[in-house]
Amino acid sequence: MLLIACPWCGPRDEAEFHYGGQAHVAYPEDPAALSDEEWARYLFFRDNPEGLFAERWSHTAGCRRWFNAVRDTATNEIHAVYRAGEPRPVIA
Amino acid sequence: MSPGTPSPETQGRRTPGADLPDHPDRLWRSAEPKRAYDVVIVGGGGHGLATAYYLAKNHGITDVAVLERGWLAGGNMARNTTIIRSNYLWDESAGIYEHALKLWEGLEEDLGYPLLFSQRGVLNLAHSLQDVRDSVRRVNANRLNGVDAEWLTPEQVKEVCPIVDVSPDVRYPVLGGTYQPRAGIAKHDYVAWGFAKAAADLGVDMIEHCEVTGLDVRDGRVTGVQTTRGPIAAGKVALAAAGHSSVVAGYAGVSLPLQSHPLQALVSELLEPVHPTVVMSNAVHVYVSQAHKGELVMGAGIDAANSYRRRGAFHIIERQMSAALELFPVFARAHVLRTWGGVVDVTPDASPVVGLTPVEDLYVNCGWGTGGFKATPGVGWCYAHTVATGEPHPLNAPFSLDRFTTGKLVDEHGAAAVAH
Repeated sequence: MLLIACPWCGPRDEAEFHYGGQAHVAYPEDPAALSDEEWARYLFFRDNPEGLFAERWSHTAGCRRWFNAVRDTATNEIHAVYRAGEPRPVIA
Repeated sequence: MSPGTPSPETQGRRTPGADLPDHPDRLWRSAEPKRAYDVVIVGGGGHGLATAYYLAKNHGITDVAVLERGWLAGGNMARNTTIIRSNYLWDESAGIYEHALKLWEGLEEDLGYPLLFSQRGVLNLAHSLQDVRDSVRRVNANRLNGVDAEWLTPEQVKEVCPIVDVSPDVRYPVLGGTYQPRAGIAKHDYVAWGFAKAAADLGVDMIEHCEVTGLDVRDGRVTGVQTTRGPIAAGKVALAAAGHSSVVAGYAGVSLPLQSHPLQALVSELLEPVHPTVVMSNAVHVYVSQAHKGELVMGAGIDAANSYRRRGAFHIIERQMSAALELFPVFARAHVLRTWGGVVDVTPDASPVVGLTPVEDLYVNCGWGTGGFKATPGVGWCYAHTVATGEPHPLNAPFSLDRFTTGKLVDEHGAAAVAH
């Protein structure tokens, strides 16, 4: 089980959180202008790296706020947590 | 003494599990990689091995290498819960899964190898009014597709599997279930070994401890693979890398609509036969059968978060166990022998991706998520056809990569039976 440091509440068990998948996927500015390929990419394609991954979590059993984390999917080590709206931190 | 000869002490008294077949020392030759092959298959799991077998048998293509980064069939093929069924909702799924089930029914003879294929039936339980409606609909859809299926009342569920608690005063009462009598289980290792042996006998090279680290693409066409054991040229490259498909396809710049998650399972210690069939419950996230040796084999849902670690979260196992205990109070005194995890590649519509890629001569078979084992012979058959002819087999044509662009998804979240 992951120990996730909510930026507002501090470290809590993974069971308190809801997963939100890849972070920083912006809704298209003009969806109607997208080609079918571009719309498919927005709807169905997400990064799936074996390594560092910026992802969304919601602290559903705590403050109920969304935030982002950078986690290594090969090791599950969480390198950073940061609040929604903040840029993805650079991990050395 | 050869491994197949019983020792004098054990002759005459058979212990449970003693009817399991013995094995010769070597079933296949572990090959050194050649410099070039007509077809290189990336991934030596069930799907890769079955594809190699049918390439050789059905299409006469024997200059084939199966590359496996670990040991043969040591990934999800060694980690799944061996359930075989074809009772999916949509016509497209019924086509490929029922093709697989029909192949299963003759596979021991075809491979000349025992697989402990046991058609003991599969029950999918319904716990809510919506479950009941969806299940009955699925039974009707199955029948229209020629797939055997029945709707059972709670009393009939109890007749098929007497240890299921069908009393109405539990948190998630059993309101009935679908039953596919031709479904069942097989021994996963034997399936892999059977395909590997049969493919090797036809001339396919099994190359273990050979990780693919790159794909050579020239002018939009794949020409070979880079591996930890050197470069290998290839006329065609067929990916069958399950949880690592995104990583491998990425070497050729191909994006796949996959997310990789850990999926866990566990077994109890050996028990006397108590569980005559296979029971799955979508609503409470558990699926249970009893292996030939006597272990209760149980699977859980996937971990929510992406991960390539073959280790899931403990609370998933806890939920799975509490669900199993409510359904089967008799399990309360069983002990967990071991738990493990594998990495599964999940698609947005819970259906696989099998077919061509934007790169010429590069083919992809992935996205089977939590349920690839049952499809092993069927997808091997169809994928081999796809690779051999350059055109999808009619049964895997609906599972093309471009369905995510056209919107013609095959949504099997209901019948996939594991929480995605």
